[in-house]
Amino acid sequence: MWWKILLFVGMSAMIVLSFTTLAPQKQIGESSRIFYYHIPQAWICVIAFAMSMVFSIRYLMTKKIKEDDKASEAARLGFIFCLLATITGSIFAKVTWGSFWNWDPRETSIFVLLLIYGAYFSLRGAVEVEEKRAALSAVYSIFAFVTVPFLIFVVPRLVPSLHPADSVVDQNLKFTMGPTIRMIFFSSLALFTALFLWMFDIGRRMHRVRRRLAESEA
Amino acid sequence: MQKSNAGLVSRSFAVLAKDIRLEFRSRYAINAILMFGITSLAVVSFSVGQSSLPPVLMAAVFWIVMFFSAVSGLAQVFIREEEAGTSLVLKLNGPAEPVYLGKLFFNFLLLSTMSMIITPLFFMFTDAPTDGVVAFLAILLLGVIGLCAATTLVAAVIAKAAIKGALFAVLSFPILVPLLLPVVNATEIVFDGGAFIDISAHLQFLLAYAVIMIVGSLLLFRFVWEE
Repeated sequence: MWWKILLFVGMSAMIVLSFTTLAPQKQIGESSRIFYYHIPQAWICVIAFAMSMVFSIRYLMTKKIKEDDKASEAARLGFIFCLLATITGSIFAKVTWGSFWNWDPRETSIFVLLLIYGAYFSLRGAVEVEEKRAALSAVYSIFAFVTVPFLIFVVPRLVPSLHPADSVVDQNLKFTMGPTIRMIFFSSLALFTALFLWMFDIGRRMHRVRRRLAESEA
Repeated sequence: MQKSNAGLVSRSFAVLAKDIRLEFRSRYAINAILMFGITSLAVVSFSVGQSSLPPVLMAAVFWIVMFFSAVSGLAQVFIREEEAGTSLVLKLNGPAEPVYLGKLFFNFLLLSTMSMIITPLFFMFTDAPTDGVVAFLAILLLGVIGLCAATTLVAAVIAKAAIKGALFAVLSFPILVPLLLPVVNATEIVFDGGAFIDISAHLQFLLAYAVIMIVGSLLLFRFVWEE
């Protein structure tokens, strides 16, 4: 219980500080504050999808249905955070580059991520039998995740990108941020991660309760 | 089918030979993808008329035709097994991997036959420059291999689902984006008068993509097939 209160207090403090301290990037100005939210969301999105893939592999290994519950729950939360990262990124693109969407390589790759997991949920909707649904969607999510490195590392090299790449670390892997900014950024990262794990835990327990209810009725 | 102690290669060829024989009887899949390709090419040619397309649009049109033709016919190898109820017999006859390899090779033959007919038509309809035709064929070959490598496993997945046709395109597209982007880009460079050396990075990438997709499919296919 205590850590939930801590999360609430910390999140509130982070939000207040992110709007009251100096803007993190001088040239971009006030709109650069969005980076306190955009990067943690993108980070959670990657974590969640990686977790979904790991649980999918574990499902195929053990054939335990609870692994499939976890895989789908992680994919669901990852999809939500991916959507948030897309929206915040698109707002930032409008302010700094002048248009909400112009098929920058980063925009392309996050769009494809949304498509992959959209397809994942359509596949889940199209299979009735539970074990079959679990196995097929696990295979698809592993197979689709294999293509993600191509999108993140290879395609942006073939096409030039406007996305700021050195906002966290520069080319010499040194932090480019001042101490205050760094403090707010990393606490935001930690708080968002804690929030995500909490949401994941609630979702996982809901699946379990639903499964027990179905068993007791049967 | 083969004897139970037959090797991977001969088993795969047995599956391939069976599928080719079935295809010659019905000619369903080849007709579907060929007619789809010709129709969509003709639609583009009609609407463009006399004016010639810029290289970027020519490249895009060609690969849109390839993608949708692939999606319209390549799932047939697995849907046929499920609908005829023969997948169970095939499962009983041996391990999963030869089935995948046989189907992959069948899809490759199907799509390359189709592109052998579509490509000359494409050059006729759009007046695309034929100077870099060797480079174009290299892209085409690797693109076709990549298309088959990525879609064959997806075909096996959707053959088990309730709504097959629409789902195949939906599930294939996100996986094929890393293939389609460089393939269109490279084709555009060739139509723009680029030499072989300008697209060598793209070709390496396409090769890597195909290899990774085939290895991934080989590892995962068992879980779909035995479901």
